[in-house]
Amino acid sequence: MAYLEIENVNVSYGDVQVVNDLSLTVNEGEVVSIIGGNGAGKTTLLKTISGLLTASSGTIKFKGEEIQNRPPEVIVERGLVHVPEGRRLFSLMTVADNLDIGAYNTRAYGQRNHTILGVYDLFPRLAERREQLAMTLSGGEQQMVAIGRGMMALPGLLMLDEPSLGLAPILVLSIFETLRKIADMGTTVLLVEQDVNHSLRLSDRGYVLEHGRVALEGPAKELMDNPHIKEAYLGM
Amino acid sequence: MSALYQSLVNGTMMGAMYGLTALGLTLIFGVMKVVNFAHGSLLMVGMFAAYWLLKITGMHPFLALLIVPPLLFVFGYYLQDLVIKPVFKSERGVREPLTVIIVTTGVWYVLDNLALMLFGAEYRTVRTAISGTSFSMGEVIVSWPKFAGFVVSMLTAVGLWLFMLKTRTGKALRATSMDREAANLMGIDQYKIYNVAFGLGTAIAGVAGCVIIPFYYVYPSVGVVFDIRAFIIVVLGGLGSIPGAILGGVVIGIIESTFAQFMTSTWTEAIIYGIFLLILFFKPSGFFGNKQDW
Ligand SMILES: Nc1ncnc2c1ncn2[C@@H]1O[C@H](COP(=O)(O)OP(=O)(O)OP(=O)(O)O)[C@@H](O)[C@H]1O
Ligand SMILES: [Mg+2]
Repeated sequence: MAYLEIENVNVSYGDVQVVNDLSLTVNEGEVVSIIGGNGAGKTTLLKTISGLLTASSGTIKFKGEEIQNRPPEVIVERGLVHVPEGRRLFSLMTVADNLDIGAYNTRAYGQRNHTILGVYDLFPRLAERREQLAMTLSGGEQQMVAIGRGMMALPGLLMLDEPSLGLAPILVLSIFETLRKIADMGTTVLLVEQDVNHSLRLSDRGYVLEHGRVALEGPAKELMDNPHIKEAYLGM
Repeated sequence: MSALYQSLVNGTMMGAMYGLTALGLTLIFGVMKVVNFAHGSLLMVGMFAAYWLLKITGMHPFLALLIVPPLLFVFGYYLQDLVIKPVFKSERGVREPLTVIIVTTGVWYVLDNLALMLFGAEYRTVRTAISGTSFSMGEVIVSWPKFAGFVVSMLTAVGLWLFMLKTRTGKALRATSMDREAANLMGIDQYKIYNVAFGLGTAIAGVAGCVIIPFYYVYPSVGVVFDIRAFIIVVLGGLGSIPGAILGGVVIGIIESTFAQFMTSTWTEAIIYGIFLLILFFKPSGFFGNKQDW
């Protein structure tokens, strides 16, 4: 049984259908990438999985239970955590409070003082800046808080929407290294990225999304050798 | 000179209570992005609750502080949950939902008219253990009920501030005020948080009712008197700001009491509105700016 199993999901904004009959699975312990150009529907898909948007049809199962059309607070409680595009920090709260609120769900709340040590281990920079307001952090630091805040919720499956967006190449590398560590610690990862090269190298499998449909899927290594991907996404 | 001290002291005490009446408004706006036009009516409900409790039981008004605010919390919580939330939900995704504001106006009319039906239009006062008592500080005479109201207002503001900064629910209120959707992803049910914000705002109106009733009268449309000031204070102090509300209240209170020495109260009203307009022209974000400080 797959950890996350999406079958024939459709999502639209009003009359405009953005995700078409999409199916996708993530197994426990895997790192899976979703790649695709601007407007392919990646963010829409993640928002539908985490409950911010509702699917008009199809099923989404997490750990065997249907979660489609449940609200986000219920889905987080079950261990499916979404780190949104554009970081979305609570800008007038301190780093420590942002992390603290990440552990709001009752499953994670009791352990938050322990979990935060692990997050500070992952991002020592955040420990130094714990009393600083999130809005005053650099872009890279903000992304660390966003990921750390996701980890505070004790995810079984962590979904990240373009964590490398807008970061300098060296920071992009360090974000991907961190994701490697998170995966090695046993968290299943579903990663949406435009940095196809890095994300496929990190992943076990990948899906290519075009116009809200799965255009290609397979082991990450095979995708990297695929001529279409080389041309369209890797610029080779 | 002593007349000036006297009016400064009076103005500060009254002003802190005006600030108290504005706290709930600023809290609800900060979290929900809704201007609650029913706020004055909630204050009226708080005053009537305190009035009847004191009238019937004859208890000390300080004791009423332990009873009225929790009752008003429950009232506000369910008012939002049952009446306002459904409208809110149908406007999900809108940052400053207009129809919700219209609903709060409806609540205002319903509550005021309900009070009129139940209690009639007359002005009511109740003598409490502290009514009419005073003590002197040098040449200045300080009225006990106003002094108590001042202290309670300050404690309420500090308590609310600490609650927002330190507690799980307080942090959830702040997070929701900054980014509803992101807060939702943290597992915060925004509608429950709105209930809590509305409940707290109403509970604070209950606190205000308890401290005002020992020296003021209550009638069904009494909310309007405080409401207009509360709106001015909230704009003056900065929408969403807790210290801004208290500071704004004190400024209004002092203007009112000191200027009253030199002119009629119609003029002080005009001056208050004049300052309000000047603030809107030159610093529309108020003393503490748009930077919500909790
Ligand atoms: N709130 C919305 N209302 C209407 N249309 C929307 C909304 N959000 C997204 N869309 C549309 O849905 C399509 C998919 O958007 P989505 O944000 O899911 O793409 P994406 O793959 O995440 O793109 P990007 O890589 O640029 O983030 C786009 O055509 C977009 O214009
Ligand atoms: Mg996107």
